[in-house]
Amino acid sequence: MRFLVQQQPAYVYTGGKKFDASKPSVLFIHGTANDHSVWTLQARYFAHHGWNALAPDLPGHGKSFGDAKVSIAANTDWLMNLLDNGNIASAALVGHSMGSLVALDATARYRSRVSQIALIGASVPMPVSDTLMDAALNRPNDAMDMLNIWGHAPQLKWGRNATPGTSTMMAGARSLAQSRPGVMAKDLTACRAFEMDDATLAAIAIPILIVAGSNDLLTPAKAAKALAARLANVTMITLPEAGHSMMQEAPGKVLDALKGFLLP
Amino acid sequence: MSSPKYPRLDTLAVHAGQSPDPTTGARAVPIYQTASFVFPDTETAASLFNLERTGHVYSRISNPTLSVFEERMSALEGAPAAIATASGQAALHLAIATLMGAGSHIVASNALYGGSHNLLSYTLPRFGIETTFVNGRDLDAWKKAIRPNTRLVFGETVGNPGLDVLNVPAVADLAHNAGLPLMVDATLTTPFLSRPITQGADIVMHSATKFLSGHGVVIGGVLIDGGTFDWERSGKFPTLTEPYDGFHGMVMSEESSVAAFALRARREGLRDFGAAMAPMTAFQILQGLETLHVRMPRHVENTRKIAQFLSLNKAVAHVTYPELASHPDHELTKQLLPDGAGAVISFDLKGGSGNAKDAGRIFIEKLSLFSHLANIGDAKSLVIHPASTTHFRMDADALKAAGISEGTIRLSIGIEHADDLMEDLSKALYAAGKAAGA
Repeated sequence: MRFLVQQQPAYVYTGGKKFDASKPSVLFIHGTANDHSVWTLQARYFAHHGWNALAPDLPGHGKSFGDAKVSIAANTDWLMNLLDNGNIASAALVGHSMGSLVALDATARYRSRVSQIALIGASVPMPVSDTLMDAALNRPNDAMDMLNIWGHAPQLKWGRNATPGTSTMMAGARSLAQSRPGVMAKDLTACRAFEMDDATLAAIAIPILIVAGSNDLLTPAKAAKALAARLANVTMITLPEAGHSMMQEAPGKVLDALKGFLLP
Repeated sequence: MSSPKYPRLDTLAVHAGQSPDPTTGARAVPIYQTASFVFPDTETAASLFNLERTGHVYSRISNPTLSVFEERMSALEGAPAAIATASGQAALHLAIATLMGAGSHIVASNALYGGSHNLLSYTLPRFGIETTFVNGRDLDAWKKAIRPNTRLVFGETVGNPGLDVLNVPAVADLAHNAGLPLMVDATLTTPFLSRPITQGADIVMHSATKFLSGHGVVIGGVLIDGGTFDWERSGKFPTLTEPYDGFHGMVMSEESSVAAFALRARREGLRDFGAAMAPMTAFQILQGLETLHVRMPRHVENTRKIAQFLSLNKAVAHVTYPELASHPDHELTKQLLPDGAGAVISFDLKGGSGNAKDAGRIFIEKLSLFSHLANIGDAKSLVIHPASTTHFRMDADALKAAGISEGTIRLSIGIEHADDLMEDLSKALYAAGKAAGA
């Protein structure tokens, strides 16, 4: 469905159910140069189990209008405007990669709007190598290959995909190829610049779930563990064999982790 | 840090889609010969049906052995998704039935496999879907044939048996300018000679019966979604962009940004039409795929030798093979098919004082190594007389448009030793020439 966010039409996937502000809400936030479709399996589950599931395409991504934001904070502000316009007082936030930074930022700056957060493929800081950043700015096709290949567990290049009939690696490549020019570079710039100090992280009182992939090359499990050590009310789950694109690589395990965290 | 690379096609042909079986350690792809899959609990069962979880439910919709084949074909074509079907014809029907309904229209090359021509020309009109056939070399004809109700542009990478080479980039451009997808049947070329999605096509289909399996032991097909076409921007495909009552109002283009077509084709087409591949078939095709990159160069090498041999034989009036300088698509072949134009070749016997049809009959009967049958893409060399077999339903004008005469012989060149093949051809050509008085 379409929402108006910051005066621009925004697309929000609602998991096959109509938006109903009276239900508890969970907001799924995608990562760099992705769109809502990375969340369809998990969002469908929550939408069909009593939740108001919202998976927006961030501005400049997927079907949403506007320019991609150049900072995590700007993306957070956009999402909060989405909550405002949907009359959603507070929501659980589930973020992947860049989306996990948005969830953390929202928790720190809009404390009353966030009930709990799940961080998938997360680290703080979220370093972006000079090689990848340079490619994103100057050789986007190379950058797409880097992000896609490094974004999957090494064994995934051979396949054995969880979704029958699809190639996770090729689907990832096509998804990145669909992103608008310059969006990947803006997203990576936002990730690279994001910082949050120990005191701010430690002060987050709401429940936090971190889901890491044991074969994640972009945000390694040890970086997720280091983030967990800086948080107070945190649970960490490491998915064996999963890489950075774990919603596609291990969709059932990601769903199970989210169910265990969000459902009563 | 150096840039990472995707695996090469040769390696994907052997490995893509499979890793050793986690339960048994089996290195070969297991044949999951089962109709259904046990649900661990009732909630998981409901989630599988509602696409909240991935997995297998019933082998008409998906099966682990088929999934390996589908994923391997996706990887080889550079596409997000593929669907194994009962035959190549089932793949073509599944694509059409997914994209359109009664009142729709297709623009297709007139150089198509006879079975595809039958479906489009004789059967689909009964269901309200009409096709305009055009000379595939005439780009203006493609454009002029497109109507407001056109929903698909369709051709073959190399037409069978006329061996017309489709200008995939140019036809893709004109289709896209009209808000339409281009589907290409790449049976004769396989991903090792042509990857149409990289040239602009949106959907690719194969008869896996042919070179993909490569040994003439199975009937199968595959339909591949390139994920390149913007269905929403086109606005002509409500089956993909509007709520589908048959799946609780699901909108395919919202569920999948990169494989909406494959999603609908599987969830509706396999469910309702049911033209699914058998697990044993998928296993056998996978055995063939593992040597595809080894077989195709040999097929092409033999075909090139035989094209030259036939060109020099006095009983032969004309040889049709896209790599020959005499072929109208010679230049296009160099551009689009640099690794070879496949292993199907056709030629016309000289009629002489007799008639070409008799010469053709004698030629086929005198062959001993070539097998006379209706198939192509076998490791064994094959021969057929299209006008009396695969294309016998076409009238004289349609035959001519497809590049077939009464004396046309089609060969599918196998991977035997080329000298043995030429010796066999030589004896049969001598007999045919003698009978024709040439």
